[in-house]
Amino acid sequence: MTHPPYLSPGYKSTVLRAPAQEPIMPELGPDSVELTSPVFGHAELHPLDADLTRRHPGEPLGERIIVTGRVLDGAGRPVRGALVEVWQANAAGRYDHALDRHQAPLDPNFTGAGRCLTDDDGRYRFTSIKPGAYPWRNHPNAWRPAHIHFSVFGTAFTQRLVTQMYFPGDPLFAYDPIMQSIPDQEARDRLVCRFDLDTTEPEWALGYQWDIVLGDTPMET
Amino acid sequence: MTTPSQTVGPFFGHALPYEAGPEVVPVTGAGAITVRGRILDGAGAPVPDALVETWQADAAGEIPRRPGGLVRRGHGFSGFGRCATDAAGGYWFTTLKPAGIGGDAPYIAVLVFARGLLRPVFTRLYFPEDTAAHAADPLLSRVPAERRGTLVAGRDADGAYRFDIRLQGEGETVFLAF
Repeated sequence: MTHPPYLSPGYKSTVLRAPAQEPIMPELGPDSVELTSPVFGHAELHPLDADLTRRHPGEPLGERIIVTGRVLDGAGRPVRGALVEVWQANAAGRYDHALDRHQAPLDPNFTGAGRCLTDDDGRYRFTSIKPGAYPWRNHPNAWRPAHIHFSVFGTAFTQRLVTQMYFPGDPLFAYDPIMQSIPDQEARDRLVCRFDLDTTEPEWALGYQWDIVLGDTPMET
Repeated sequence: MTTPSQTVGPFFGHALPYEAGPEVVPVTGAGAITVRGRILDGAGAPVPDALVETWQADAAGEIPRRPGGLVRRGHGFSGFGRCATDAAGGYWFTTLKPAGIGGDAPYIAVLVFARGLLRPVFTRLYFPEDTAAHAADPLLSRVPAERRGTLVAGRDADGAYRFDIRLQGEGETVFLAF
């Protein structure tokens, strides 16, 4: 089982939001609308949308990172022209969001949102700042491991994926009900990027590699 | 080795919603219809931190294949909509009523992400006036009669379609296994 179940009581928000009825599969599976996906083009994005460190006049605080990888389909083929959107907390662990009440500083030079399209090899690439861990009140002493949210479109609407990328060796993994909602350890491990010296740029930024594999159609469970 | 899904969380608002995201066609465009509704949890409470996405064919039953999902002007109908719910759990779209494809009744594919949903839920919005097509629709005919109504929009006094989505509990919306 790759994906988490809807009901995962350790993550309290699932208790009243997880559907209780079994989902229904159309007799012939998804149909032509569901087996296609919106098309996005370069004219809709700015090249700087992929650099989260250059959206403001000043330099954001924190550890500069490059995150790159490929978007692949279930057969391992690159997904070209896929819209990849990311968002994250700043280096102090706070989101630039009106409802984030964490008593950590906002960074006037970091909004923490970006987007890009994959290239012909299915590759995406973002420049950003390593996000901080933050408390979230789900349970006593609850802290989220550092993570970047990813939203990805595939070639079918049924492949639509929103997930989170984590950083290697984070001591908070074992205590995080959102990551632990995925029953299988190997599947959880697939959410952890790897440090990559070849992506790292001297005197500039640490590099991480993380591939995203979209489900087969219908969505693999 | 599929990448697992994780919740969209509560703080996507500075990243995913965008200008005119709910306007699949301009509000005043020819043939525009309005769809609105609320996302509700198992206690009937509104879900203020959900994101609703829609995808559909056009009025002729054609599925758009050209870019235009993020920037509306100059691209015409793109078929894709995105709307974050407001404090009352409400969402809205202006779009075109799609034509049915093959033997299917006309529908809009709907996807809901929210804090507390570790995976999104897929559903379909069908239109209340298409009763004859509903009787022959291959998906609706698989849905137990007492739950079928959860997939059919209602109509507000101003003519807008109303499609509330209940994630859990009494009147739970039928979700699709994708």
